[in-house]
Amino acid sequence: MEHQSQPAYKKINFPWLLTMAWRDSRRNRGRLLLFIASIIIGIAALVAIFSLGDNVRKDIDNQAKSLTGADLVIDNNRKPDEAIGRLIDSLGEERSVQCSFASMVYFKKSGGTRLVEVLALDGTYPYYGSFETIPAAAGRDFRNAQEALVDKTLMLQYNAQPGDTIQVGALDFRIAGTLTQAPGRTGISTTIAAPVYIPFRYLEQTGLLQKGSRFKYTYYFKYASANQLDRQLGAVKDTLEKAGWDHDTAESRKRQTSRQFDDLSKFLTLVGFIALLLGCIGIASSINIYVREKISSIAVLRCLGASGLQTFLIYLIQIIAIGFAGAVMGAVLGTAAGQLLPIVLKDLLPVNITTAISWGAIIKGVGLGVVISFLFGLLPLLSVRGISPLYTLRVSLESRSAWKDPARVLLSGIILLAVCLFARLQMEGWMQALLFTAGILAAFTFLTLAALLLRWTVRKFFPSRLGYVWRQGFSNLYRPNNQTILLVVTIGLGTLFIGTLYFVQGTLMNRVSLSASGNQSNMVLFDIQTGQKEGVAGIAKQFKLPLQQQVPIVTMRIEEINGKTADDARKDSTLRIPRRAYEGEIRVTYRDTLTGSEKLTAGKMEANGHRQGQPVYISLEKGWAEHIKAGIGDSILFNVQGALVPTVVGSLRDVDWQRVQTNFRVVFPSGVLENAPQFYVLVTRVPSREVSAAFQQSVVQQYPNISIIDLGLILQVLDEVLEKIGFVIRFMAGFSIITGLIVLIASVFVSKYQRMQESILLRTLGASRRQLFMIIMLEYFFLGALAAATGILLSLAGSWALAHFSFDAPFQPSWLPVVILFFAIAFLTIIIGLLNSRSVVNTPPLEILRKEV
Amino acid sequence: MERTVKHNTNKVNSILRVSNITKWYKTGSRQLTVLHNISFSVEEGSIVSIVGPSGSGKTTLLGLCAGLDHASSGSVMINGIVLDHLGEDERARIRNRYLGFIFQNFQLMPTLTALENVMVPLELRGEKNIRERAVILLEKVGLSERIHHYPAQLSGGEQQRVSIARAFSTNPKILFADEPTGNLDDETSDRIVRLLFDLNKEAGTTLIIVTHNPELAESTHRIIQLRGGHIVSDRPTGNAVLSA
Ligand SMILES: Nc1ncnc2c1ncn2[C@@H]1O[C@H](COP(=O)(O)OP(=O)(O)OP(=O)(O)O)[C@@H](O)[C@H]1O
Ligand SMILES: [Mg+2]
Repeated sequence: MEHQSQPAYKKINFPWLLTMAWRDSRRNRGRLLLFIASIIIGIAALVAIFSLGDNVRKDIDNQAKSLTGADLVIDNNRKPDEAIGRLIDSLGEERSVQCSFASMVYFKKSGGTRLVEVLALDGTYPYYGSFETIPAAAGRDFRNAQEALVDKTLMLQYNAQPGDTIQVGALDFRIAGTLTQAPGRTGISTTIAAPVYIPFRYLEQTGLLQKGSRFKYTYYFKYASANQLDRQLGAVKDTLEKAGWDHDTAESRKRQTSRQFDDLSKFLTLVGFIALLLGCIGIASSINIYVREKISSIAVLRCLGASGLQTFLIYLIQIIAIGFAGAVMGAVLGTAAGQLLPIVLKDLLPVNITTAISWGAIIKGVGLGVVISFLFGLLPLLSVRGISPLYTLRVSLESRSAWKDPARVLLSGIILLAVCLFARLQMEGWMQALLFTAGILAAFTFLTLAALLLRWTVRKFFPSRLGYVWRQGFSNLYRPNNQTILLVVTIGLGTLFIGTLYFVQGTLMNRVSLSASGNQSNMVLFDIQTGQKEGVAGIAKQFKLPLQQQVPIVTMRIEEINGKTADDARKDSTLRIPRRAYEGEIRVTYRDTLTGSEKLTAGKMEANGHRQGQPVYISLEKGWAEHIKAGIGDSILFNVQGALVPTVVGSLRDVDWQRVQTNFRVVFPSGVLENAPQFYVLVTRVPSREVSAAFQQSVVQQYPNISIIDLGLILQVLDEVLEKIGFVIRFMAGFSIITGLIVLIASVFVSKYQRMQESILLRTLGASRRQLFMIIMLEYFFLGALAAATGILLSLAGSWALAHFSFDAPFQPSWLPVVILFFAIAFLTIIIGLLNSRSVVNTPPLEILRKEV
Repeated sequence: MERTVKHNTNKVNSILRVSNITKWYKTGSRQLTVLHNISFSVEEGSIVSIVGPSGSGKTTLLGLCAGLDHASSGSVMINGIVLDHLGEDERARIRNRYLGFIFQNFQLMPTLTALENVMVPLELRGEKNIRERAVILLEKVGLSERIHHYPAQLSGGEQQRVSIARAFSTNPKILFADEPTGNLDDETSDRIVRLLFDLNKEAGTTLIIVTHNPELAESTHRIIQLRGGHIVSDRPTGNAVLSA
């Protein structure tokens, strides 16, 4: 036969495939661009986070020593005893000491008082980095005079200038300068506890050392060499630990900071990944429709003799190319956004963040983009293989059931695995990664089921008595080539994500503001000494404030738990008693009844206090008891400022810590601690800010040692902190929301081609534009409404679970935003649908007939 | 490939042989037979027309002959090669090597220019001088001015001429045409038919044409008439077959 005369039939001719891919995409580039828009944002988010990560890790390395400001830091919640004092004197080349505690300061000029963190500092600390102050010299010079450094938020709040006077305890200090940044402190930490630095040598004179507050002593050491540090630290480590002193080197602090940052970065990556996944759904659905439109081209190619693999590759090349293009665009955008992230995150990190371009991050982002668009594009593309050349002769509707194709099942498995693997990289364990993946899968399944249900319901209960427009709109939901599942899933997932973010934020805010409402207490005065009790109560009466609680407090430390000392616990880890149990100073009260925020869960409280000859039965807070591994009947030996008091656990209590109240981990019976050194806490409610300010001022004037916590202040602080964190989350969520919008636009846009032929036909048959608009509007309204409703339902369930299991807070969503979200999404869908269909409705039918899609 | 080749011994010059093919479709629980035991063979170099009322199974038969679909039973042999058990990709190769197609609705790829549409089958073969040959073919069908136009920019007749140029490009042994003039006016139809018949004369290409046009049918060499899935008549028209 004449086989010899036939040229060799090349199996895969790669350059030709490339050419064909290029040619075939020619008239669809605009639309392909829209497909890739879906992943651009996700990739941008990830590249921004990756490059932030690279930069911050570098910054932490470079600025490691200024995180601690010294080579070695040791601290404890009590003054060093003689032995430790000698040991401290033997350490380091240079050293500084700092004593920090909470106290009121009084701004003389504005008359404002506020609880701050006072840090009394001696020595030339910081050895690395510096106090950033205005004026710059103040950070060094304040130690040479009776001067203070005051945090910038305080300066702002009380409208103070350098040169003004503040009163700390009994002493006045001139403000040397505004403190903008101290070593190792983040914006958040200064918000929570605004720092005021004073020279150490004035500490005694402030008179504050007498008060009942906790004092934290910190020593900073400078070493000439790392060797010397290692040697000395190795020698004294055990002694320090035994005495309850924490030690931290620049190196260990660096590791800790890196770890904290990694947690943050993992969280952000996950949020970015969700945006990317949302985009992938956009890609998959777009490609799905793209392939459907290409069926006749594919069939012709097959007819002309192209193999299944060849046709498949032509489209695969297109997908990889657009995936690559999208990833590159995303990387560019991400690098630009990366310049913004440090501004967003500056309050969360203790280092100055540089904004260098990270090629590593760009490569990672582009790689991820290509792989993920490949995986998700491949899924709908697999059907190309099954397209029969017979299609050229007869347009057939039959398509193979997707789930009968083993390749598709396999690919779906691979995608799930890839998602799970990526999640695992960002999460603590496999369990969480699996839950994450399962959650996404469940959301998918649920939305698909909802769409199927809608389709089935409309079909089953078709409202055949309605007008033509309605019938057409309804039947669009289930007729061949309908968009129901696709749109419900994409819109639903977008809604789910936005809704969840919103509800979770609401839950967190609720939790805080709940305690601010009602007739509850909103001010706590503590460190009231026995002799001041009456005086303070007098001032309160003068201001007509109720004395809601007046509670004695005795500080003590645990010496032994069931006969085991701190040393025993340290040596024998099977006891599982945390070291902290022995270290912390515990504030204890004594009374014989429960307060309104307590519930007895085990044992009982003695109604008449301690009975002579009996053991001292104390009551523990349940959670804390578990923490220190103590239960009913266990014995605990307390050290009450030198005196040893043996006790037995008599009862356990549940305490609602949410309320502003004096709550205690340990409650003694009356009749034991009455003569121990003690101070009082007074709880009251101030009716307004003005009264609060005036009351605080007169208390602090008379009793400078008393500290006052104003719930208004706490709320304000929490608000600021949440605002700072919320800003980060919103910024990240923005990526997902924008992606969701793009996916929505892309899927509606794509579906326009499906409706095109039909709309032309309807118009040719005499349908008015108004009728066409109505049909389109009805269809998209049903889709948008169903998707939004399902998404909101899922997000409510998800947020409830988060609130219940993660935040342990009551879930009380406000319903108005739910309604608004629902209508917003539904109308957005309709509007995008109508805008997209405008051209179909408006252009003359003939023009569209000519324009091949 | 070679091992699937079986030489037809009893009729040496039959290029297409259809034996006892039956085609049925399952729709729901019902089985609809659209072709019943069809057998015929086509001499190389002849022009055969398939006629019959709408729904009689012409397109179905054409699709089966060209290996675009599987018969429910029976066997199809093209140029001595039995198609029955070949996979889709092997059939694609055979189509590329021996067969050409012309469709009622032209079936040009919308994203390719006229020239590129003609080039595709040659490119699939990996041949040389593709562009030049495609340009010559387009000139031959009178479209030298239109080679860079997209299908949407061409009239129906022009599109059909592009698809003829495409069909010619590989010098097929058999050209299948399903109502090639069904969408065209008389004048354009004549032109298309002339092009097809010229190809038959010059290259000895076997033509199998499905048509509703009695005039066109009468000008072929042989008419096979279908009704309800049966061949009701199969007769020569008296026009002489030119030997290749
Ligand atoms: N996929 C299918 N499923 C069920 N029946 C089919 C299918 N494809 C074709 N048929 C039926 O097979 C019969 C023959 O169809 P075919 O297209 O071959 O007719 P035709 O002779 O080409 O008609 P026309 O001249 O109208 O093109 C028709 O009755 C048609 O309804
Ligand atoms: Mg037909």
